[in-house]
Amino acid sequence: MIGIVNYGAGNIFSLSSALERQYLNYGMVNTEADLDKYTHIIIPGVGHAGAAMKKLEQTGLVEPIKALKKPVLGICVGMQLLTAHSEEGDAELMGIFPLKTRLFDKNQGIKIPHMGWNNIEHKNNALFEGVTNLTQFYFVHSYFIEYNPIFDIATANYGTPFSAAIQKDNFYGVQFHPEKSGSAGEHILKNFSNLKQ
Amino acid sequence: MLSKRIIPCLDVKDGRTVKGVNFVDLKDAGDPVELAWQYAQQGADELVFLDITATHERRKTMIEMVKSVARQLNIPFTIGGGITTIQDAEALLNAGADKISINSAAVKNPALIEELAAAFGVQFVVVAVDTKLVEGKNRVHLNGGRLITELETENWIRQAESMGAGEILLTSMDHDGTKQGFDCGLLNTVTQMINIPVIASGGAGTVQHFIDVFEKTGVDAALAASVFHFGEIPIPELKQKLKYHNIPVRL
Repeated sequence: MIGIVNYGAGNIFSLSSALERQYLNYGMVNTEADLDKYTHIIIPGVGHAGAAMKKLEQTGLVEPIKALKKPVLGICVGMQLLTAHSEEGDAELMGIFPLKTRLFDKNQGIKIPHMGWNNIEHKNNALFEGVTNLTQFYFVHSYFIEYNPIFDIATANYGTPFSAAIQKDNFYGVQFHPEKSGSAGEHILKNFSNLKQ
Repeated sequence: MLSKRIIPCLDVKDGRTVKGVNFVDLKDAGDPVELAWQYAQQGADELVFLDITATHERRKTMIEMVKSVARQLNIPFTIGGGITTIQDAEALLNAGADKISINSAAVKNPALIEELAAAFGVQFVVVAVDTKLVEGKNRVHLNGGRLITELETENWIRQAESMGAGEILLTSMDHDGTKQGFDCGLLNTVTQMINIPVIASGGAGTVQHFIDVFEKTGVDAALAASVFHFGEIPIPELKQKLKYHNIPVRL
């Protein structure tokens, strides 16, 4: 069963609805003890990374999440929280990945936010099993995680190549919104729920 | 590569879609959820629901509809109409809306753009602008084009961007309903002037109009209502033709 970290950062109704469409059971994680109830944990998030980190810190869940050995998936800002630092609010984040979250550079002739459907190139990670390469996913973000060959499991391009998905041990992150990315996105959620502990 | 988006727009009154929708295989043309689902199946990239309900009970009905759409739809959608406060927006966000669109509320109280962006992020805030050419100048209009304002369209769009709009939905009232094509001149000016995504609206009548707006302007998306509702332009066929013209689309 999937636990959704409920720390007040944005809308979890779309995520829980997507899980329901896939017949995946879920519950909410409000306290450290709740983490034990679930086999898989999702950290959702929209809005401001610095503000989201503050909210997560207030729940007291930062250290318990970092200590987890079960599969954890961060979505959008939830993914960015797994990195060490964000330029959004110059915020120190969880630091599970030694990566930086940076603002897109408008001098590259791109519009910000990066909003809409973009294709990804993935590296046959279990999270993308059964997903055709160059499938499009729905993105909406102004900050991105710099490309790093060690942790990158899917890459997208917007002015510059950036990480559409990352993995380190049991920690996963996706920059796109699987709950809004059509059947391909629902497939990612299903794959996540099938990851072994 | 980022795809150009195709966005059907649905008018909703008291939780039901209006404007005679004419899909052959639709059981209930007034059911926004069924219609939305059909569009998602056809390959729409996003949907806009415009609430035109005038009654006080509107909010509750709308929230229920939004929840119902979010439960069943796996693509993003925007809700517009009657949003005047942070509380209105928050209720829609919590019900599963990806974006909200504000129009006259922003003109009457521009600070609302800033407040919404600060509370929910710029990606949540679409500023819809209805424009009409008056004595050689593009002027912002309200109430579906019936009420002229002091604002010049280009200036207002620049101001909306600087205050935290994440996207502009620009409807040309001179073109809307004519089926004579989008206002490519103005759309081109606007897309060169700002650095946030722009949705073109008003005037779609043929596939060629969509090709034109993507080839001649820097818009990111094109929105239409009747050509989709009446099945005049099937979305899969539209996207195939756009692709044939080397316009990036999601197939």
